[in-house]
Amino acid sequence: MAITIKIPTQLRAVTAGEAETTIDDAATVGEVLDGLYERYDGLRERIAEDGDLRRFVNVYVGGEDIRFLDGLETVVEDGDEVTILPAVAGGG
Amino acid sequence: MAVEALKCKECGAEYPLEALYVCDKCFGPLEVAYDLSALDAAETRRKIQAGPRSIWRYADFLPFDRRPRCALDAGTTPLVRADRLAAELGIREVWVKNDAANPTHSFKDRVVAVALAKARELGFDVVACASTGNLANAVAAHAAAAGLESYVFIPADLEEQKVLATGVYGTNLIAVDGNYDDVNRLCTELSHDRPWAFVNVNVRPYYAEGSKTLGYEIAEQLGFELPDRVVAPVASGSLFTKIARGFEEWLEVGLIEGAVPTFNGAQAEGCSPVAGAFAAGWDICKPVKPDTIAKSLAIGNPADGPYALELARRTGGAVDAVTDDEIRAGIALLARTTGIFTETAGGVTTATLRKLAERGDIGADERVVLVITGEGLKTLDAVRGSFEVTTVAPTVESFESRVAVAA
Repeated sequence: MAITIKIPTQLRAVTAGEAETTIDDAATVGEVLDGLYERYDGLRERIAEDGDLRRFVNVYVGGEDIRFLDGLETVVEDGDEVTILPAVAGGG
Repeated sequence: MAVEALKCKECGAEYPLEALYVCDKCFGPLEVAYDLSALDAAETRRKIQAGPRSIWRYADFLPFDRRPRCALDAGTTPLVRADRLAAELGIREVWVKNDAANPTHSFKDRVVAVALAKARELGFDVVACASTGNLANAVAAHAAAAGLESYVFIPADLEEQKVLATGVYGTNLIAVDGNYDDVNRLCTELSHDRPWAFVNVNVRPYYAEGSKTLGYEIAEQLGFELPDRVVAPVASGSLFTKIARGFEEWLEVGLIEGAVPTFNGAQAEGCSPVAGAFAAGWDICKPVKPDTIAKSLAIGNPADGPYALELARRTGGAVDAVTDDEIRAGIALLARTTGIFTETAGGVTTATLRKLAERGDIGADERVVLVITGEGLKTLDAVRGSFEVTTVAPTVESFESRVAVAA
């Protein structure tokens, strides 16, 4: 088992087209992202700034926005699904 | 026409005019960029005044090289001087922009007319949306008129009136077991791998342009003048900021003079991430879980929240929140003093105007525009039980005994 990460279209240029990937040994969302940054060149500067997520990036664990959980410190477990999405959609 | 490119609002990177909405480099929102330098004010004004009675009279400021085909028009709704409302609130001059007077009874017809025209131009056969109700009505209706297939995603607890006024058009109606932000997340995910135009996701930059026409109309209907203050609802923050953008473009071209009005945003307390961030002095919004009768404004994670905050602060305005009881009272106040029956969102906006007046925020010589975005018949529960009906037998005696005797 591992943690599954769903990649939005806008990031697939840096993931060689991959829409989904997995990370094995991460205990928090922050560690999942660090693992991705290590794996994919150019990912970090697209979605992060000064150690935090950029303001138009949403990250979900099991469908819940991490800002309702513990942010980058949110604990993840084997089998969890982490979704990265642009925040700029929507409007009644 | 002057449309040039899509441009990132955060980093300025430019993109072609395609179905794109997010900057690949920084995840910022893309916005349509124009070169307005070639527009002559006098000639543009003549063109507008000779144009069709719809949003297409402002075609020079919309994202098309030539005027597109449009199956269901929108716009040119009444701007009504509301002296009785102004008198009750103790302010000088209030105008109500009644955008319930659109084909599907909300301002969403403006954004959908633009989004669908662009979707067709880009070759899409299927349109879709994540909606709190009014957008659902509009997408279903405009798709039907254009002969396009549509998928409309709504939260499962939406008002029955809005569900019925969507399904009737023959759309594929999907009720999602979750709140609007869940619906929005689902649609964002679905948009990645489907050749569909989600009007408020992958073609959102064009959709948002439709809201500028509300600003153009207000200025044109005031005789090419600006009001001093605009009070408008804030859900995603797109409408709020685009009304201001419309004014800014006309100031740039010289169609109007002066400065951008004071912008006051209106939210319901049960879903007030922007008002909360305004009060706290933050420049981003902390998402919330909505719990309010104003379902059309129930967006807990507002995409344009940071820009709405910036606009309110830059123009000396504010973003306020009102309770559900104040919303009901706002609906009644507007109805009693103007004859306009608005939905809960309009109750939020009217209640916010009352709050500003009571707080003394509105100057003695101000001209205020109240933006009413939707129709009261869509949220009937908000007024149920708020008045009494007298029942009589069909006789004069019964009437006189229960109501009033003849003088």
